[in-house]
Amino acid sequence: MAAAVALYRSSIGKKAVMAITGFIGYGYVILHMIGNLKVFEGPEGFNHYAEFLRTVGEPAVPERTLLWVVRIVLLVAVSAHVISAIQLTRQGIESRPQGYKVKRRLRANFASMTLRWGGVALFLFLIYHLMHFTFGNAHPTFIQGDAYHNVVSAFTNPLTVGIYLLAVAALGVHLYHGVWSIFQTIGLNDERTDALWRGLSVVSAIGLFVGFSIVPVAVLTGLVR
Amino acid sequence: MNLTLQVWRQKNAATPGKYVTYQLADVSPDMSFLEMLDVLNQELILKGEEPIAFDHDCREGICGACGVVINGLAHGGQRGTTACQLHMRHFKDGETLTLEPWRAKAFPVIKDLIVDRSALDRIIQAGGYVSVSAGGVPDANTIAVPKENAEKAMDAAACIGCGACVAACPNASAMLFTGAKIAHLGLLPQGQIERGRRVIHMVEQMDEEGFGGCTNIGECTAVCPKEIPLDVIARMNRDLLVAKITGAS
Amino acid sequence: MTTTDTTTTPGVDVRRPLEFTDARLNARIPTGPIEKKWEQRQFDVKLVNPTNKRRYHVIVVGSGLAGASASATLAELGYNVSCFCYQDSPRRAHSIAAQGGINAAKNYRNDGDSIFRLFYDTVKGGDFRAREANVYRLAQVSNNIIDQCVAQGVPFAREYSGLLDNRSFGGAQVSRTFYARGQTGQQLLLGAYQALSHQIELGKVKMFPRTEMLDLVLIDGHARGIVTRDMVTGKIESHIGDAVVLATGGYSNVFYLSTNAKGCNTSAIWRAHRRGAFFANPCYTQIHPTCIPVSGDHQSKLTLMSESLRNDGRVWVPKQAGDTRPPPQIPEEDRDYYLERKYPSFGNLAPRDISSRAAKEVCDNGRGVGPGGLGVYLDFTDAMQRLGEAAIRERYGNLFDMYERITGENPYAQPMRIYPAVHYTMGGLWVDYDLMSTIPGLFVIGEANFSDHGANRLGASALMQGLADGYFILPYTIGDYLVGSKLAKADTSHAAFREVESEIQQRVERLLSINGTRTVDSFHRELGKLVWDECGMARNDTGLRRALARIPELRAEFWENVKVPGEGNDLNQELEKAGRVADFFELAELMCLDALHRTESCGGHFREESQTEDGEAQRDDEKFSYVAAWEYTGKLEAPTLHREHLTFENVKLQQRSYK
Repeated sequence: MAAAVALYRSSIGKKAVMAITGFIGYGYVILHMIGNLKVFEGPEGFNHYAEFLRTVGEPAVPERTLLWVVRIVLLVAVSAHVISAIQLTRQGIESRPQGYKVKRRLRANFASMTLRWGGVALFLFLIYHLMHFTFGNAHPTFIQGDAYHNVVSAFTNPLTVGIYLLAVAALGVHLYHGVWSIFQTIGLNDERTDALWRGLSVVSAIGLFVGFSIVPVAVLTGLVR
Repeated sequence: MNLTLQVWRQKNAATPGKYVTYQLADVSPDMSFLEMLDVLNQELILKGEEPIAFDHDCREGICGACGVVINGLAHGGQRGTTACQLHMRHFKDGETLTLEPWRAKAFPVIKDLIVDRSALDRIIQAGGYVSVSAGGVPDANTIAVPKENAEKAMDAAACIGCGACVAACPNASAMLFTGAKIAHLGLLPQGQIERGRRVIHMVEQMDEEGFGGCTNIGECTAVCPKEIPLDVIARMNRDLLVAKITGAS
Repeated sequence: MTTTDTTTTPGVDVRRPLEFTDARLNARIPTGPIEKKWEQRQFDVKLVNPTNKRRYHVIVVGSGLAGASASATLAELGYNVSCFCYQDSPRRAHSIAAQGGINAAKNYRNDGDSIFRLFYDTVKGGDFRAREANVYRLAQVSNNIIDQCVAQGVPFAREYSGLLDNRSFGGAQVSRTFYARGQTGQQLLLGAYQALSHQIELGKVKMFPRTEMLDLVLIDGHARGIVTRDMVTGKIESHIGDAVVLATGGYSNVFYLSTNAKGCNTSAIWRAHRRGAFFANPCYTQIHPTCIPVSGDHQSKLTLMSESLRNDGRVWVPKQAGDTRPPPQIPEEDRDYYLERKYPSFGNLAPRDISSRAAKEVCDNGRGVGPGGLGVYLDFTDAMQRLGEAAIRERYGNLFDMYERITGENPYAQPMRIYPAVHYTMGGLWVDYDLMSTIPGLFVIGEANFSDHGANRLGASALMQGLADGYFILPYTIGDYLVGSKLAKADTSHAAFREVESEIQQRVERLLSINGTRTVDSFHRELGKLVWDECGMARNDTGLRRALARIPELRAEFWENVKVPGEGNDLNQELEKAGRVADFFELAELMCLDALHRTESCGGHFREESQTEDGEAQRDDEKFSYVAAWEYTGKLEAPTLHREHLTFENVKLQQRSYK
């Protein structure tokens, strides 16, 4: 325990926490995206899938146990990701009390320079998203247990679709830099693997953006009703 | 060439600084950047003003003493080039150049463009060595090193400790510097015994000096005059995690 | 000029000072056969009890290969060390700039190398003006250096077997040079710096960066400390120790333009000379033939390119003076490949000093090329036609890139321009076999001393000497002095320190108060040009006398008309330079006096009056087989010459020929 605390105290320890929790989030959004595509199977298929998520593991464990395990892991991961990010950001700001008059960059790109702001945006979206589809209090016609209805009714509103598209774009940008960073940060990168991880980042960013965008766009365009 | 220079002038660490504008005429494109500053300084001296203080020594790109942020880029942004090896033909006639010191909490300004980089020395002192005393070592050829490892170690060892990586990093992180030494010694058999201990102590010292964390942006390697690759940081991260997990101290 | 003669007679016990007319010039070379001398000395030195070592405090000035290795090693042994450097970090000392490599007699290539061969090559390369015993010891410890550096993690080049790679260098006929890309000096220095850093961490070395030694302090005739200036705060401070080690490098910057770092200076050794240390062979300076030429008046330093370029490049100038056509438009018949013409068997690979002088000669004839006419072409056209551009790129790509970065010219499309530049000084403070100067307790190591290279240094030998002195020689010999000298207890409140501090304070105030009309650099440039013209690649009686008349005038003008802005109690780079240039003025005069008195040519010292019919250097072993050690008398124009005669029992003297 003391060793873990000591590790966390170092900037690299915090980075490792960012990487590992980021990896958890990365894995989760991939599964989430695949699950979303079930919406094309129609109301029955989609609601059945939602039901499956609630009851998976039965009867070995009571209903919703695994769902809650996943939720707790995610909650811890997101919290740790956010807390480390705040601490590292603060360290970064403190490490340069006086900035430059002229700022230019050679290697940095939009994704790497907006990682933190993108993270803030994603965090705010996450709260909205939970209120929208999990708690329902941000959803005008929320019906507990009818996930298909909740999705379809929400995405008939172009404004909502716009918010979701922006959010998944932000996710794509975040992962464009974030996925490669995971491997760099936990030390699994070198000159031979660099192209592999860079490629995975690009594929992940585009794939998740497209995968997540399909559902709201399909609903809005009437492909899914 | 005619140039306008906006230069950070600061009398000492305790006095606040400001940008001062100078006009410089008849700059030869064959001058190095520092020779251009020499010419300006000669003019200032004869006018009875204090010349601009800047660090420099070998002027052939190897000692690591010089370092100026020129128009927002450490060492001026020419690939693999220190400020002393940057030549004025790299700039355009009539251009305005803004000259700033390395800016980081761990590098306090001493005067004008001179900063205190002793934090980098202290990182090395914390463990950037093989603890071998003079004498009593085996014949050199009893230690074989695979050529590939020797080459990679040399890539990392090429670091000149100029601090441009810190200056360019949006977080003022010293991870490229620290990672370079850890990679150099970690790639060689001679460095294995103290590998865990070394990385733990050096990273501890790096944090203590007030450098920022790494967000993997890569500005450090882009401005590095010796083009130290970014994977030295990955190697350092791995070494630290392994050392912590295996309980090295 | 007065002279006293002091003769050493090897083979008898030379330790008894009675045999010397001047006891101070006793080299204390051990008796016995040459291969046993160092072993004998190691056995003879008085040992310091391990628990007593921590009672001694050694001051080391300089943190290059010699200074850093000495500081680290002394601290490892248990001594307390204070190490000083003018740079912001000990890692930046100019040893870092050495590119080529380091010699050692390992014979890993099975090509017939041996300690004796390295010794022989070094004595011969030094044109028979070095002490045999010192050079032999250098060759002996060369092997330990490589072992030590490898153990430290210096990333030497390797073969696919994983074993160390070697190359041949500087005209040697065996492959004995170990290297780390083109950065051998840097990597060796980082090895020493890391060892030093370890000792700093352990508290055995206290490091004083950005601190410049301004004078030496003697108490009862022994070197006991130094007075320094903190280059950030301007504070003048005293430091006391039981011995002082100077590892402050060479004085090439007397020429203003050299391959040395801008900060390299002579002040430490010159101040020590003024306090009584003899200065040996100041006129021995080395010129490197393949540097990038001066591009204009703004030039602040010269950059050296590896000599290996001459393996494939052909050196030429136009036959006609004033031919300003671009090089490709000059037809073959109008070109003079002068090295090939004059030295048909060695051609473009003629030794450093010979090719340097030949370049000067053609430029003096008005046939030089490029700005100011101070340059010759180094042409790769033939090699590129023969081998293809790709092969040339592979061999010299980084050198070509460096050339292009500095000159803005593409050497693949047009010939390079090169010109010789000063890059090493063989002269330095006189030291005995123990590396102690004529001031008891003052040791001098590395380029700062005169000891091992004679009149000319071989390539890849400078790194070897610096590390030999610091890791393996001084740490033994200094103990003998420390135990043997019964030093009185003293601290920095001693009157001797007070006196030197006040002298320095006055000097600083004087420099700041002149407030004349010329900058320090303008004086330094003028001095440098004068010394280069009259005491550079070729010297003659008239020119040297001209310089000797002009230097004092210029020096007097400096002290009346220099302008040093700013304050003393602040970071003041002009003040730093002014102090150094003031000392260069004094050294320059001694260099010219030494060059004037040595009417022979040897190694880097070429007297035009002393050449063979073919224009080669002509030694005069009868008259000049000695080390010229100069004593400061208080009058710069009249130092006293002492001679340490050199005898050669193990090598046969011969004249060089490269026809």
